[in-house]
Amino acid sequence: MTDDYAPHRSDELPPDSVGIVEPRTQHFSDSLTLACGRSLDEYDIVYETYGELNAAKSNAILICHALSGHHHAAGYHSADDKKPGWWEVCIGPGKPIDTNHFFVLSINNLGGCHGSTGPASINPATGKPWGPDFPALRCRDWVASQRRMMALFGIEQWAAVIGGSLGGMQAMRWALEHPDEVRHCIVIASAMRLTAQNIAFNEIARQAITSDPEFHGGRYLEHETIPKSGLALARMVGHVTYLSEDGMGEKFGREIKSGNFQIGQDDKVEFQVESYLRYQGDVFSRSFDANTYLLMTKALDYFDLAREYNDDPVEAFQHAKCGFLVMSFTSDWRFAPSRSREIVDALVAARKPVCYAEIEANFGHDAFLLPIERYLKTFSAYMLRVKEEVNRAL
Amino acid sequence: MRFDLNLAAEWIDDNSRVLDLGCGDGSLLAYLRDHHNVDGLGLEINDAHIRECIEKGLSVIDHDLDYGLKKFRDNSFDVVVMAQALQTLRSPHLVIDEMLRVGRECIVTFPNFGYWRGRLYLGYRGRMPVSKFLPHNWYDTPNIHFCTVRDFEQLCQEKGIRILHRTVVNAADCESLIASKLPNLFGVTAVYHISK
Repeated sequence: MTDDYAPHRSDELPPDSVGIVEPRTQHFSDSLTLACGRSLDEYDIVYETYGELNAAKSNAILICHALSGHHHAAGYHSADDKKPGWWEVCIGPGKPIDTNHFFVLSINNLGGCHGSTGPASINPATGKPWGPDFPALRCRDWVASQRRMMALFGIEQWAAVIGGSLGGMQAMRWALEHPDEVRHCIVIASAMRLTAQNIAFNEIARQAITSDPEFHGGRYLEHETIPKSGLALARMVGHVTYLSEDGMGEKFGREIKSGNFQIGQDDKVEFQVESYLRYQGDVFSRSFDANTYLLMTKALDYFDLAREYNDDPVEAFQHAKCGFLVMSFTSDWRFAPSRSREIVDALVAARKPVCYAEIEANFGHDAFLLPIERYLKTFSAYMLRVKEEVNRAL
Repeated sequence: MRFDLNLAAEWIDDNSRVLDLGCGDGSLLAYLRDHHNVDGLGLEINDAHIRECIEKGLSVIDHDLDYGLKKFRDNSFDVVVMAQALQTLRSPHLVIDEMLRVGRECIVTFPNFGYWRGRLYLGYRGRMPVSKFLPHNWYDTPNIHFCTVRDFEQLCQEKGIRILHRTVVNAADCESLIASKLPNLFGVTAVYHISK
């Protein structure tokens, strides 16, 4: 997932932005037992909120982020901030997740590297960074920690839990595990479990990281270094798989950044796409923690919606009590429309209310972050319905 | 609501589970939900229609009927409705088989190509009929598999399909004596209620 498509701002903050937002940190000192059997005695969660929680606390929306996402989903951190949050196209006044009507909670998942407790945090038992000793996490652990945030705000039921990609997996897990606490579940460009091909790409990314000599078995921080080239390579591979052939063709074509092909000239030619990927990899390697990347991709690989329900997604979804909106994008081959259709088919067989839209889009998996007209309109139509339900109940 | 949809609604029991193929803006499903407590699901490919269904609070799936109904289990619906879409399908006969597999009963409505005005148009002008009901030219029409009332009943006979009810309506969207006596000549729209 990338945020380089986010609109660049001019001099003033756009009127349809939530504006300047401030991340907050919540410390939890009651132990959280994890799916792996271990527990975290204490931890921090960094989060942002947008919009106002109504008196009935019935207009709350939880945003679940994807692999490389974080709490900063919308707005700007300062007037000089160059880029807004990663889902600025969908969250804000008048946008699909309309902050004039909804209260939005966006948190950095446990195990992340943007302020919430994760592998780069200090392990209180040793006084050193957790590194590879940080417990393995599953989607359900994120749901459990998100639920503690929910309790903190006194929210008894989400108007909607929304997520794209890995975020969609969390949203579905919410619907199954806490059916009374979710009114609507919105799953975008996601899957009930990864395919072998998808796991394979994650493994290549992990191998790139762990085979970097600077990785030091995951204890790079103790060696005062980071596996920069491994992380950059992982990101480059990921990035290619998040785009589509046509999308890349449209964006870069065979344009040359430097050098030329003239006969008799020995200039080294660099294509735009090479330079772009290197830049993305470089930026990412300086802002993302390698152990978090390993942890997040493992959580993705391990997720299997129906595992605890006799491997039957219909049986799994029978536990849900919410309405579902599922959306996919035609050129997304990492989380292909066929994966979304499997979700929809299981929901239909389980007799759950479901809306499904397959959005024509050229930008691969990244499409869910982009201002695609039909996507935003369909999303808005569904959210309008959620809003009306909230208002009717008041 | 369109006349053929009103008719269809009369044949659907309260509290049924209904699948509407090519559900358009969801008028029928919304009506059935509000007046007959029907649990409905629509299939549609037009994105504006899909949004209208979403706004009405209906369940709707973006799905091309030409891909079939493989995604649905046998007898998973009480009634499967397909209004004015039969003639747009690549393999209408296979879709009818699928409808009868997925639903206990089916309701199919289609424009009757045997209607006298069409025959006259073709007979006298020697050109494919264009009318207010079927306003397209032969080359740009979505209607690629026209049939007549008699054709449809022939297909039902070949497949052993039971016709539970048949209604044909005239140009004013009304049931008339003459249309009921000579449906293949005076019916504009045919509405069939069928089962296995």
